[in-house]
Amino acid sequence: MFDDTMWAFGRASGIVDLVLLTVAVLGGILTRSGRPLPGIPRFALSLAHRNVSMLAVVFLVLHVATLLLDPYAKLTIADVVVPFAGAEKPFWLGLGTVAFDLLVAVVATALLQRAIGTKAFRAVHWLTYAMWPVAVLHSVFDGTDGTDAWFVVGTVLATAAVLAAVAWRLSHGFLETQSLRGPDRLRAPQRPDAELRRVS
Amino acid sequence: MTVEAMVEPESGAIGVDRLLAAGPDARWAQHATRFGALDAAAAAPTLLAELEASGLGGRGGAGFAAWRKLAATLEAGRRPGARPVVIANGSEGEPLSHKDATLLRHAPHLVIDGLLAAAAAVGASDAYLYAAEPGLEAVRAAAAERADAARIRFVAAPDAFIAGQATAVVNAIENGVALPRDHTRRLSESGLRGRPTLLHNVETLAQLALVARYGAAWFRAVGTADDPGTRLVTIAGDVALPQVLEVAGGTRIAEVLRAAGADTSRLAAVLVGGYHGAWLPADALDAPLSPAGLAPFGAHPGAGVLLALDRTRCGVEATAGIVSYLAAQSARQCGPCRFGLPALAETWNRLAYASHDSGLAARAWELTDTVDGRGACAHPDGTARMVRSAQRVFADDLRLHAHGGCARAAR
Amino acid sequence: MTRLDPRGASPDAPVPAARLHIDWTRCDGRGLCTELLPELLDRDEWGYPIARSLSDRSDVPVPPELEQAALDAVTLCPVIALRLTRR
Repeated sequence: MFDDTMWAFGRASGIVDLVLLTVAVLGGILTRSGRPLPGIPRFALSLAHRNVSMLAVVFLVLHVATLLLDPYAKLTIADVVVPFAGAEKPFWLGLGTVAFDLLVAVVATALLQRAIGTKAFRAVHWLTYAMWPVAVLHSVFDGTDGTDAWFVVGTVLATAAVLAAVAWRLSHGFLETQSLRGPDRLRAPQRPDAELRRVS
Repeated sequence: MTVEAMVEPESGAIGVDRLLAAGPDARWAQHATRFGALDAAAAAPTLLAELEASGLGGRGGAGFAAWRKLAATLEAGRRPGARPVVIANGSEGEPLSHKDATLLRHAPHLVIDGLLAAAAAVGASDAYLYAAEPGLEAVRAAAAERADAARIRFVAAPDAFIAGQATAVVNAIENGVALPRDHTRRLSESGLRGRPTLLHNVETLAQLALVARYGAAWFRAVGTADDPGTRLVTIAGDVALPQVLEVAGGTRIAEVLRAAGADTSRLAAVLVGGYHGAWLPADALDAPLSPAGLAPFGAHPGAGVLLALDRTRCGVEATAGIVSYLAAQSARQCGPCRFGLPALAETWNRLAYASHDSGLAARAWELTDTVDGRGACAHPDGTARMVRSAQRVFADDLRLHAHGGCARAAR
Repeated sequence: MTRLDPRGASPDAPVPAARLHIDWTRCDGRGLCTELLPELLDRDEWGYPIARSLSDRSDVPVPPELEQAALDAVTLCPVIALRLTRR
């Protein structure tokens, strides 16, 4: 009975986490664009992105912890950190481990942004774009419900949303400030005083 | 930035030989004969008091009382473990100014004396001299002539307008990047690598070397009560003999210009203090070249630059050219400067050459207000000051330009 | 240099007013601070924050009732361009 509960909670927390990660990624892209939503100011979107991301970490910890306690999963502490060494479906389980490691790196550097600087934070934050698809593949091919119709439909919808957001991210004019600033209008430095300046 | 064209400072009504008293290209022999050696350690205990009594103002541009920075560095240097630093700033980024280059070439030993005296007074273990070539080489050669200058480290300044901004100097010495940086504390509290840092212009230090030798009363014997001593002035533009002159404090601007061969009756305006300075109308040239004398015009001697503008030139065009140059000299680190100065330059160029649009003047005012006070260094503020003075002094010209005319005299 | 230390000051000494320092070398004009502090900050035409006062525009004085909002702005600035200082 206890084991069944663990298994069920492990599955459910994994699915919830995938939803949270998707929302966090979409929110992150929206935040980076610098645009508010109707009725939701930028700072609220930024806060929501941070909070959803933290919640995703919480659910990921629950997901991993419950499956560690579940004898059917045959998960070891090592599998949590070291990918592709698991007993069952080592490759698909390993992708989960990779996603876990990447998320830890992304969230830790976000929390430490002040200490490590914006450049390092930004560099690591790009890993999100690797973390999300790896997490999706892990849930589809390692998850119990991965091939259920409802899950497949949900995954397709989430993938479409993220792909659309990435396309927007790569498009010209993605940043709100781009339209305000335009290209730099500075030309090569020139001295105005060629005529006036006769000292030298 | 050659100093070949420098006319030897003459004694007389205008020329006062203090800083340049050892003669042109003074080596150690001439320096020692004229001034004698300065015992920095012996002068140290009384230097702060003498400096305060002398009323010496900074000669780098901002013009703060020289003793205040020294006192602040001394105070910060009392923190446990604090190791103060002294920096001589001779990076004359201002293309109109040649007085620092002149000083470094002709009186390098006086600058070294001042640097060492300041270092002794604040207990600094490290002393730096930051300047562009060829001035840097001149001081380096002078330092090689004496035993007490071995610990001075020389750092080359790039030929860029903002390379002399205080935080850019510190950044250049610390990281090799001569760009201004953000700061919330004064350099005297936290400068080079967080150490208490005394940063003075090279002329300020040369003047300090004289105060250390001869005292405050001697210093005040020349100049006026509110502008004691002498200052080096670069006279450029529409004058017969562009040159660097040492003049007594409080000398009238017209007199200084005439000493450089200017026909002051032919001038439309004079830019005082360089590109970050302020335009003075032709009818104000009787004002003394002192902080108090120039205050009513929103101007300041700054680094001692006078740019004369002949009546046959257009002040709007001259200002547009200067704003374009200043915009191009932005380090492009700070958004309001990076985007605001080019927009301001574009507006002034249209005012000067293109449109008969009455909205342009309002746009110029608005952009000036927008950039002012919004950068890590004083570049946007200085630009705003110069532009505001142009708007006052060339108000009639601007009105004529708005209708396609120009106020410049035919001949 | 007289510096007031809020901890070292006597109880009835006024606490020095807080100031919001803008590091312009970092600021990217993302606009979060202007949403949180509309009383103090507007946005210029390029999106950068601009103090409503004409002086101290890089160290904007913050009245006590806005200190919490200013702290939020400091925390939420995505490029860490803001700091709250007292001197």
